[in-house]
Amino acid sequence: MSLRNRELLNLVVVGTLTALGFASVYIARQSVVSTASLSYAAFFLALYLIAHLVARYAVPYADPYLLPIAALLTAIGVTEIYRIHPGDAFRQGVWIIIAVAVFAGTLIGLRRDYRRLESYKYLFGLTAIGLLVLPALPGLGTTVNGARLWIHFGSLQFQPGEIAKICLIVFLAGYLREKREVLAQGRLKDFGPLLVIWGGAMLVLVETNDLGSALLYFGIFLAMVYVATGRVLFTAIGLALFLAGSYFVYTQVSHVHERVTIWLHPWTDHKVYCALNGRMALRQDCGSFQLVKSLYSIASGGFGGTGLGKETIETSQGHPLIPSLNTDFIYSALAQGLGLIGISALILLFMVFVLRGMRIALLADDGFSKLAGAGLTFGFAFQTFIIVGGVLRLIPLTGITLPFVSYGGSSVVANFVLLAGLLLISNRANAPRQA
Amino acid sequence: MNRQITKLAVASLILLAALIVATTYWQTWASAGLAEKQDNAIQRVAQFRIKRGVIRAADGTLLATNVRRRVDGQTLYYRRYPTGRLFANLVGYSTEKRSRAGLEQSENAYLTSSNANLGTIFNKTLDKLKGVTITGNDLILSVRPGIQRLAMAQLAGKCGAAVVMNPRTGKVYALASQPTYDPNLVENHFNLIKAPGAPCHPAAPLLNRATDGLFTPGSTFKVVTATAALNSHKFTPESTFDDPGYCIEYGKQVSNAASPDGPVEAFGRVTFAQGLQHSINSVFCNIGKAIGAGLILDYMKKFGFYKDPTLETPANEKVPSGLYHGGRLFFPSNPATQVDPGRLAFGQETLAVTPLQMAMVASTVANRGVAMNPQVLDRVVDSGGKTIVRVHPKELTRVMSRTTADQITSMMVDAVRDGTGGAAAIPGISVAGKTGTAETGNSGINTTWFICFAPAENPRVAVAVTLENQTGFGGTTAAPIARVLMQAVLSPRSKK
Repeated sequence: MSLRNRELLNLVVVGTLTALGFASVYIARQSVVSTASLSYAAFFLALYLIAHLVARYAVPYADPYLLPIAALLTAIGVTEIYRIHPGDAFRQGVWIIIAVAVFAGTLIGLRRDYRRLESYKYLFGLTAIGLLVLPALPGLGTTVNGARLWIHFGSLQFQPGEIAKICLIVFLAGYLREKREVLAQGRLKDFGPLLVIWGGAMLVLVETNDLGSALLYFGIFLAMVYVATGRVLFTAIGLALFLAGSYFVYTQVSHVHERVTIWLHPWTDHKVYCALNGRMALRQDCGSFQLVKSLYSIASGGFGGTGLGKETIETSQGHPLIPSLNTDFIYSALAQGLGLIGISALILLFMVFVLRGMRIALLADDGFSKLAGAGLTFGFAFQTFIIVGGVLRLIPLTGITLPFVSYGGSSVVANFVLLAGLLLISNRANAPRQA
Repeated sequence: MNRQITKLAVASLILLAALIVATTYWQTWASAGLAEKQDNAIQRVAQFRIKRGVIRAADGTLLATNVRRRVDGQTLYYRRYPTGRLFANLVGYSTEKRSRAGLEQSENAYLTSSNANLGTIFNKTLDKLKGVTITGNDLILSVRPGIQRLAMAQLAGKCGAAVVMNPRTGKVYALASQPTYDPNLVENHFNLIKAPGAPCHPAAPLLNRATDGLFTPGSTFKVVTATAALNSHKFTPESTFDDPGYCIEYGKQVSNAASPDGPVEAFGRVTFAQGLQHSINSVFCNIGKAIGAGLILDYMKKFGFYKDPTLETPANEKVPSGLYHGGRLFFPSNPATQVDPGRLAFGQETLAVTPLQMAMVASTVANRGVAMNPQVLDRVVDSGGKTIVRVHPKELTRVMSRTTADQITSMMVDAVRDGTGGAAAIPGISVAGKTGTAETGNSGINTTWFICFAPAENPRVAVAVTLENQTGFGGTTAAPIARVLMQAVLSPRSKK
């Protein structure tokens, strides 16, 4: 079977699963939602068939698993968002259409040779910083949950950081490809441009309080430097600097200190000072409210889950029990609905995506493609780890989206661009050699 | 670069695998612990789909039942309390907005069928698979609505508590606390829960004064001191004392309490037994100095002080009795220097006790020296009517010898027949009792007490009554209430 036919078959399976998911929510919530919900599955299948046709035309030799996995992840996300807030699911659907359009545009525009991007690497680096600075500009940026990450045009909100991540990976891949030999020998001056652009990005992130993205960028940077140079020492120095820096920030910035305290001691037996309202309260009723409520949600899923649509996420009066359920905590809602069995399967999907992505990097035959492939894939894996690990209290919680699943337009668009990038690299690596 | 990419791939997969491990932890090992957290609103709301077990009194009266309501296509079961205020502080409430209290909180596992009995687990799993509503187990309590109604009526308009129990089994017949509240208001009209006109501040209608209220025991504590003095053979009921109307401690005079009949009395030469009968502070002050605070503290512990009582109410609704310093339970490491033995002996010092604990003191004497664990749960019945748990009477410990118990009983009988507790006398039945009038620091305002049991020769009921902010004495305010409650239990007509 050809690669594209295999992809088509996978997409049909995904379409069936999506239909089942929506049917499940519909059955559980008949009195609240309408039969129109069932049309979502058909709509998604049609949308992904279009994406598939574009892939057939632009990247015929690309990996056949990535698009179906991405399709399934978005479908799971929309199903859960639909259960949480039907209105948001519609908006997310619109964003997915935009994302698929951008995906198609990227594939078609770069189908001949994406490697010419390499020559614009500094432009990408500066664009990344520019995008990150945008929300900090007065009149343009909006603050959500203490972090200034959003820009708005009228009623449309956009988080440019997600796109900046991809630009930064392209910059790193280009720069590291060119300088990897000299960098491996440890010539300090070659680190200059690297540190300027990367350091600028970090500075902006710390300034805007986007700790999750800062951690993500740091991880991507270390991983790509390691892939390029093969020097474990650099990674070790980087990690040491990171730990020292984190400790410094922990002691100096109260916001960060608070996050770590919440992580270490989410429950208290006696009342402690609550910075949110300036009164005394149990920490589970104050700072760690979100984390604790999300853990309750995960725990109540148990082994088999409640079933999609039957999650307890609001009181009988409709007050939400878990904050930010659509975005940061969508994993908690899914863990309750799907149970250990289902949520493990979801993580396995992420793992398969990562394996295929890394395989693409391995098969690619030029340095830029390898670095870009590994960088994009690691970024995807690490972002998943940061948000889900935070929700699971494995690491301190920082707000960041779960790729493809969380509600959020910019996130979906950026992840489809990431997907397009991987498919382009894969297509080139698998294409039969022409003389 | 392929070597590095392979390693990076492995590292990425390890990170993601760690997520599965962590999820497994929360969804299996930790899930039971999290389900029990008070602030777990998800669990609480989810449990409204369970048809909660009902709570009944000993005679079958429904104390807590369910109301079915359809919300968003789901059937939810909300609580209703047919007896309203009658058992509010004991039964508590189960609401969506304000969580749970009382037995609804502490026995939640039985009521929602999430207890670990094999049969319950089996039935619940079966119900889940069949898709039918999960039904909780019912609680049958030992309380008698007739006695409870009487106790609440007697306390109405006052601030105080009464505990009525069977001294031989520890089963509680009535656990009354006033002011109280209507548990049916908690879910939607919590702001209406007030106790206007209650003669105490704060009125605290949600507080279960019987188990969670701390009061100075005053002279009722002399029963504990007498137990220590007689059971250790340091004194006999015939030991004699000279009462000049005061006792000298640390070079200062500590006078006897004023009596209902007039100012401070001096009794002259009296026996130990007369000391208890007439509640003479100077006698007990001297006993305390002679036996030392350490010995009294040892006996307090035997009686159950310094421990949460075993009553089935939630841990956050009961407190241990004992000496308190700065709001905290205080057990002196060196009683000889840290505690004033004279004032301890007649129940002042910094003693703070619950009415339940003093009911246990009376019960222990009544039960010939053996303290029983107080219990209010009689049995748990599953939805099919089968009893899955029966709560049997349990001994706490033997506090004193039978002889000591008999000696104290006869002194307490004298106190009612011809002493401070005359108001508790029941014609034809020998009542053993002890009054208490504790100073509160505000002159003229007392906490009054009466602890008692009857019939003295074959006790079937023990009672403790406490009243806050009284201008009268234990013998005039609390003793009449105790008499009514004892009569109600002993009356052959009322089995309720």
